[in-house]
Amino acid sequence: MLEDLSSKLEAILKKVRGQGKLSEKNIADSLKEIRRALLEADVNYRVVKQFINDVQEKALGEAVLRSVTPGQQIVKIVHDELVRLMGESNTTLKFAGIPPTVIMLCGLQGSGKTTFAGKLGNHLRKKGRHPMLVAADVYRPAAKTQLEVVGKSLNIPVYSTASNDALQICKESIKAAREKSCDIVILDTAGRLHIDEEMMQELQLIKRELKPQEILFIADGMTGQDAVNAASQFLERLDYDGVVLTKMDGDARGGAALSIRSVTNRPIKFISVGEKMDALEPFHPERLASRILGMGDVVSLVEKAQDAIDLEEAEKLERKLRKDQFNLEDFYSQLQQIKKMGPLEQLLGMIPGVGKQLQGVQIDDRAFVKVEAIINSMTPKERRKPQILNGSRRKRIAAGSGTRVQDVNQLLRQFEEMKKMIKRMKKMKFGRAMPPGMFPFG
Amino acid sequence: MASLFDKLKKGISKTKAQVFDRVSYAIKAKKKIDEDLLEEIEEILISGDVGVEATRHIVEEVKKRVKRERYEDSEDLFRILKEEVANAFPRDDFQETRLPANPYIILIVGVNGTGKTTSIAKLAKRFQQQGKKVLLAAGDTFRAAAIEQLQEWADRVQVDLVKHQSGSDPAAVVFDALQAARPRGAEVIIIDTAGRLHTKVNLMEELKKIRRVIQKVVPQAPHLCLLVLDATTGQNALNQARQFIDAAGVNGIVLTKLDGTAKGGAIIGIAHELKIPVRYVGVGEAMDDLQPFDPQLYAEGLFEGN
Repeated sequence: MLEDLSSKLEAILKKVRGQGKLSEKNIADSLKEIRRALLEADVNYRVVKQFINDVQEKALGEAVLRSVTPGQQIVKIVHDELVRLMGESNTTLKFAGIPPTVIMLCGLQGSGKTTFAGKLGNHLRKKGRHPMLVAADVYRPAAKTQLEVVGKSLNIPVYSTASNDALQICKESIKAAREKSCDIVILDTAGRLHIDEEMMQELQLIKRELKPQEILFIADGMTGQDAVNAASQFLERLDYDGVVLTKMDGDARGGAALSIRSVTNRPIKFISVGEKMDALEPFHPERLASRILGMGDVVSLVEKAQDAIDLEEAEKLERKLRKDQFNLEDFYSQLQQIKKMGPLEQLLGMIPGVGKQLQGVQIDDRAFVKVEAIINSMTPKERRKPQILNGSRRKRIAAGSGTRVQDVNQLLRQFEEMKKMIKRMKKMKFGRAMPPGMFPFG
Repeated sequence: MASLFDKLKKGISKTKAQVFDRVSYAIKAKKKIDEDLLEEIEEILISGDVGVEATRHIVEEVKKRVKRERYEDSEDLFRILKEEVANAFPRDDFQETRLPANPYIILIVGVNGTGKTTSIAKLAKRFQQQGKKVLLAAGDTFRAAAIEQLQEWADRVQVDLVKHQSGSDPAAVVFDALQAARPRGAEVIIIDTAGRLHTKVNLMEELKKIRRVIQKVVPQAPHLCLLVLDATTGQNALNQARQFIDAAGVNGIVLTKLDGTAKGGAIIGIAHELKIPVRYVGVGEAMDDLQPFDPQLYAEGLFEGN
């Protein structure tokens, strides 16, 4: 519904064209539309109210630009304002002069603290640090075991004892960290409700005794209007330094981020985007702004492509393409690279306008499986010289890959078409204009 | 029974007090029903996560009734509002004391961190207290220590648990649990599944597979498929419900974490649009803090004036 915010505004603002200026009257409807968009994105009601007022002030009196439509212009103002509100340069973590640095995690039940503890540990280790995870959730059954399993899978030490005194565990962990020469301890505390007096006091006690360099509030990215309550209550008690938004790999628009940011003025430091231990991203306000407004996330897509694609491979491929030597082996390695970028569906969701249209359409990576099976059933010679694939070879490949001859034929046809397309592109301009490996296939 | 209702009421009203008190305040402050008052009500509903669309619907209905039935007094509005909220929920003749099948198979699904495992423990306790023999199936073979977590609950409640190794096929666990039901004399089987975001196609396919496996053993099952929703979740709850209905055949909702300050208003939109009844609400951490959902009570709690 929001995918078309821009086009909706376009329709509303058609008449504004030629009026020269954005006025209270001619933007009233579009502000209503934006208000709705923000509310549907779970931005807190009061935050929306304030935000709309600000935008109105900014927009009023602005000359209607010639280069863009009034709709685009308003979306731009809204987008910029969102970015300004959520933006913050100070998203780095503070470290202690004398190790270990103490990082304390807190939040409601089920917000994803334990998983994030693992991800943060993994992230810091990649940066050359030596983290230790501390199992300070003494309430939830098997919470300690969960952290132990997470730590083990990452090969990061976990401090976990039979004690059911969270404060004592945290205190002891410092000594343990020194002994193991770990320079960071990550305290995984129990989830709790912000109105649970006793539990909130426990956190305050841990803070007072451990004096963490960094306290992070972990918030579920799907949280609705209540985000402001939990976030401000935790802030009052713990004065945390930053916010982590989890479960952002779903289709929630993440309006909670804006709510939390506006009421706490604390930066969002990480975005958690999946169940794998490396599914952690730094926060980019402009991307989240687009997401809240439902405008896709092209930047992340390109970045993902850059991450997954091996430059050397890409260059090799480029040489081959120039010489028109592109064969099924290259095609196969292309497939692998695209697969590395993550689930196809997630990638498509990042393309503006595609998300909602594809809802309900089954796109899954099994489309790849068939193609892979077919190519895997070919001999190396066949892959390099697809032209030798005669009828009987095709039959054999179909049988070997559990597909039909038609499927094999279809793949070969697609491959030929792709080659033709590449040739055409080469004539136009081949080079760096396109991110390597991003050309369409089958 | 009274104490249960009290607890539910307490659970809801305590949490609702902050925001929903404004309704009664707004209503009491004004004697006459006017546009401003209706707008204020709209604001209050939206800030309770009721959602733009469902709020609009409720306000429209209220407006219509005020016009048709010529209500003038703001006290009337109070009553109408409660009625309209309660009306949003589909009628439900589910009775947990009279289960239509033996064994009665319950499948539990939901996104990560909504409280599936805890709700299962509380459900098991409920059925056990009614004298039913309960068997749990540890179908979350993915998340670290999920099996241990359920095992600990099973030990505490003292019910049987069928489990496999972490990382094994959840459908296989489910199959074994169903096979074990007869020899063990289980009357209620509750199946845990791994939390999954509703946007992950392959994980949603896995749910479909679990469902198929259940139906291979017991064709009419699962008799109840409960979607566990976190009351703090915003409008994304609707997407969750849609996708889980589609993949797992959800026919009931458990609304958890109602003991916080969240109002769980998204269920009104879900009930209104998708016609799925809410079966249980979670109002606390104690074992008996999972209670059958009562629309009237919920509406009362929302707009209660204290």
